[in-house]
Amino acid sequence: MRPRIRTTAAVAVASSLALLTGCGAADMTKQASPFANAKGAKTVTLSVQSWVGAQANVAVAQYLLEHELGYRVDTVQIDEVPAWDALSQGRVDALLEDWGHPDEEQRYVQDKKTIVNAGDLGVTGHIGWYVPTYFAKAHPDVTDWKNLNKYADQLRTAESGGKGQLMDGSPSYVTNDKALVKNLDLDYQVVFAGSEAAQITQIKQFAKEKKPFLTYWYEPQWLFEKVPMTEVKLPEYKEGCDADPEKVACAYPHTPLQKYLNADFAKSGGDAAALLKNFKWTTEDQNEVSLLIAEQKLSPEEAAKKWVDSHESDWRKWLP
Amino acid sequence: MATVTAAAPRPAAPGLLARPAVRKLAALAVVAAILVPLAHARWSSGSWPAALTVDVSGPLTDTSTWIIDNRDSHPLFLYFFGHISNAVVLAVRGVYLVLLAAGWAGVTAAAALVAWRVAGWRLAAGTGAAFLACGFLGMWVPTTQTLALMVVAVLASVVVGALLGLVAGLSDRAEKVLRPVLDTMQVLPAFAYLLPVVLIFGIGVPAAVLATVVYAAPPMARLTALGLRGADKEVLEAVESLGATARQRLLTARIPLARKELLLGLNQTIMMALSMAVIASVIGAGGLGDRVYQALASVDVGAALAAGIPIVLLAVVLDRVTGAAGEALGEEPHPHGRRLWLVALAGAVAVSVAGRLVGRLDWPGTWVLNIAEPVNRAVDWMTAHLYSGVPVVGGTADWAGRFTTWVLDPVRDGLQGLPWWAVLLIVAALAWLIGTWRTALTAVLAMAAIGVLGVWKPSLDTLSQVLAAVAVTLVIGFATGVAAARSDRVERLLRPVLDVFQTMPQFVYLIPVVALFGVGRAPAVAAAVVYALPAVVRITTQGLRQVDPAALESARSLGATPAQQLRQVQLPLARRALLLAVNQGVVLVLAVVIIGGLVGGGALGYDVVFGLAQGDLATGLVAGAAIVCLGLMLDRVTQPTERRARKGA
Repeated sequence: MRPRIRTTAAVAVASSLALLTGCGAADMTKQASPFANAKGAKTVTLSVQSWVGAQANVAVAQYLLEHELGYRVDTVQIDEVPAWDALSQGRVDALLEDWGHPDEEQRYVQDKKTIVNAGDLGVTGHIGWYVPTYFAKAHPDVTDWKNLNKYADQLRTAESGGKGQLMDGSPSYVTNDKALVKNLDLDYQVVFAGSEAAQITQIKQFAKEKKPFLTYWYEPQWLFEKVPMTEVKLPEYKEGCDADPEKVACAYPHTPLQKYLNADFAKSGGDAAALLKNFKWTTEDQNEVSLLIAEQKLSPEEAAKKWVDSHESDWRKWLP
Repeated sequence: MATVTAAAPRPAAPGLLARPAVRKLAALAVVAAILVPLAHARWSSGSWPAALTVDVSGPLTDTSTWIIDNRDSHPLFLYFFGHISNAVVLAVRGVYLVLLAAGWAGVTAAAALVAWRVAGWRLAAGTGAAFLACGFLGMWVPTTQTLALMVVAVLASVVVGALLGLVAGLSDRAEKVLRPVLDTMQVLPAFAYLLPVVLIFGIGVPAAVLATVVYAAPPMARLTALGLRGADKEVLEAVESLGATARQRLLTARIPLARKELLLGLNQTIMMALSMAVIASVIGAGGLGDRVYQALASVDVGAALAAGIPIVLLAVVLDRVTGAAGEALGEEPHPHGRRLWLVALAGAVAVSVAGRLVGRLDWPGTWVLNIAEPVNRAVDWMTAHLYSGVPVVGGTADWAGRFTTWVLDPVRDGLQGLPWWAVLLIVAALAWLIGTWRTALTAVLAMAAIGVLGVWKPSLDTLSQVLAAVAVTLVIGFATGVAAARSDRVERLLRPVLDVFQTMPQFVYLIPVVALFGVGRAPAVAAAVVYALPAVVRITTQGLRQVDPAALESARSLGATPAQQLRQVQLPLARRALLLAVNQGVVLVLAVVIIGGLVGGGALGYDVVFGLAQGDLATGLVAGAAIVCLGLMLDRVTQPTERRARKGA
């Protein structure tokens, strides 16, 4: 009897395995998040990036999707580059603010066609190096990169080890700063604060004591309203001068920020996809919501509600 | 090199050790005298020589790109990894749908009733309250997501672990192969497990579940093997003499006899799975961990706490209930056991049906208690008043700053300033003095591998944080342990605190330290100290209490003061336990110092986060490998010749 039991067991195991996995091929890039569309509710998964501007986009989109269109919205914190991969695999449906990733765009939008561009966010982003305006007024020539080495001594900190400190934020942001410092022969050390929030805390502390600092920063950003900063001129940006990340020696471009959707979601996402495609607002709008979140410490949902209540004419035209 | 010696336990009784120690050191000195001049002439001293590094980032980047390009077409992915990933997604989704269908009332009732049957009324009430608290904090949906992920991960870990344990328990050869692998897996920090799975599966739930399984299965395997091997010989002989076949012996005698170990394994697996399921939010696990992660990224302590409290509650409830199940094993089964289980089941179903009829499946939005705002206000007040400039004692940020400038910086600069061969020699000497030449060799090779990978500097930075944290942990831990060993009252007071702290997932410790110390290396070290303390205190207390009372009595009768008794009798006799405490402390500290990369700890932890954030898996994987080597080295350097049971979570 024993051999037969064993065979039956083997057959049972094998067939249940086959049943479980559905034989054939299983394309893991087409497997959505297990938490999506639960209970038949229409669910949209939005990726959030760690900076407040991105939170503002997502908060308003989420508010409208939930309250105007009756969707259930999941948000997942993913940084930009992994978000592209997740977007391609359908694990998130939308990335609302992308700062320019040509490699990923080539791979997923042009070659694999798993992601589609959903148009401008309406906000133009610019990354640069900034010094506080009080420091720039006292030393007007600091705003040209050629003079930065003169000020390296004044910008030294405990973490920068004998050189001037160029403060960078989160490891996930688009940055060429290490290459820039090397290629422009600057006597500076790039110090990563670890996150945008940490960077803001540091900047505020410096500003409180009116100390000089040099930081990687970007527009649009609500902090400019609290700590006025002046951009340091880097060598002019020309098309393609940042093609080789090792050899970059020019400023950052002005980037019209883009929205991207998963290709399947864009096709069959119905009203949600339509709303996200139409979503387009201005720098002022985004800053308004960001300030509510970051300065007044409102929850993203409350901040979005405030904006939505007072800008009905703006978002009405986004609705499908 | 004051810190290195502080971190390494000095043999407390030189008289016993003198001869072999001297011999070992002399041998090392001879080897060094031959090799060091050669190495110095060939590659010069200072930091790890560039000629001896191998740049693996090129091939790793190629591999990663190849995988991304072929993930949707290559048969390996379509027919193998794709199915694994699909099975995970389906399973998690199934559990999640069941939990959602049961509604919050149903899930709470079911959890409470299971706790009632397994562990009695008091724990049932506690379980119910814990689940309701998750809802009141506005975390119901994330909690169910984490639960769904946990259920799948724990089931898979138990199956995998039990199978491995069965093999290791029945075959001596398998045991020999598996034992060192499982031992090593348990000392590696959770963070190191994340990258390889991301490389293959990409960011998302499948990767998170698999990383959790890899992390949580080893204790189940170890304890299963232990239980099978520990079965009473006489019982087995008796069963054999009754003519039972090998399979009958296994099913009717050995496995039932190993029940206690199996349940302990289940308990440890659950705790480790929870710890990992939360950390895996960094690779897209979603749920409660993701909320903590989001909040940490914006240094929003209130929001982090709102997600952290449910994690702690889940951990405590799961630990107590499975622990109680283990204790209840020896007792007589309840006469109406089966009927009461049916009652419990019916109760749970009734509550969830009732919830469905009332239309209250989702946690009602108005029942949410917003703790983020008041907490943030308190934190703001603290930042304004306690953070800096407090008279006499200084503020918490001042302490953090001073600790960074006066302890962390000198240790880091000292380590990085040492010639590379000197670091290897120190590692060899410490490992050999405490362990065997085998452990010494492993430690040196692991350290050399770090240099070869080209991450010598960041690794020494991490090492400096570990050493500083271990030194602080040991000072506080030994002091507390001595106090607890001398006074029953102190021990009674400490026990519940230690229990709670020992069950909390590593991620949770990052929240309060960010509030207190801001961002940087100091908060990472602080979190590590708090995480490692309970184990050190507990092992020290046990070790001191096990010292032969007769030895103490005779010391007392000779007129030794309490301090003399402690120094000359208790501490030397408890040497082995103290060494174990050091070993545990080092392993636990490393795990959290690495996670400290999320709050500005820099070094290797930062590289892993950077690799994940930029999709630059080459950087992340190299850092991950270095973390593995560092963990191996630290464990071997502090490893007493023979091991004892260690803390699971």
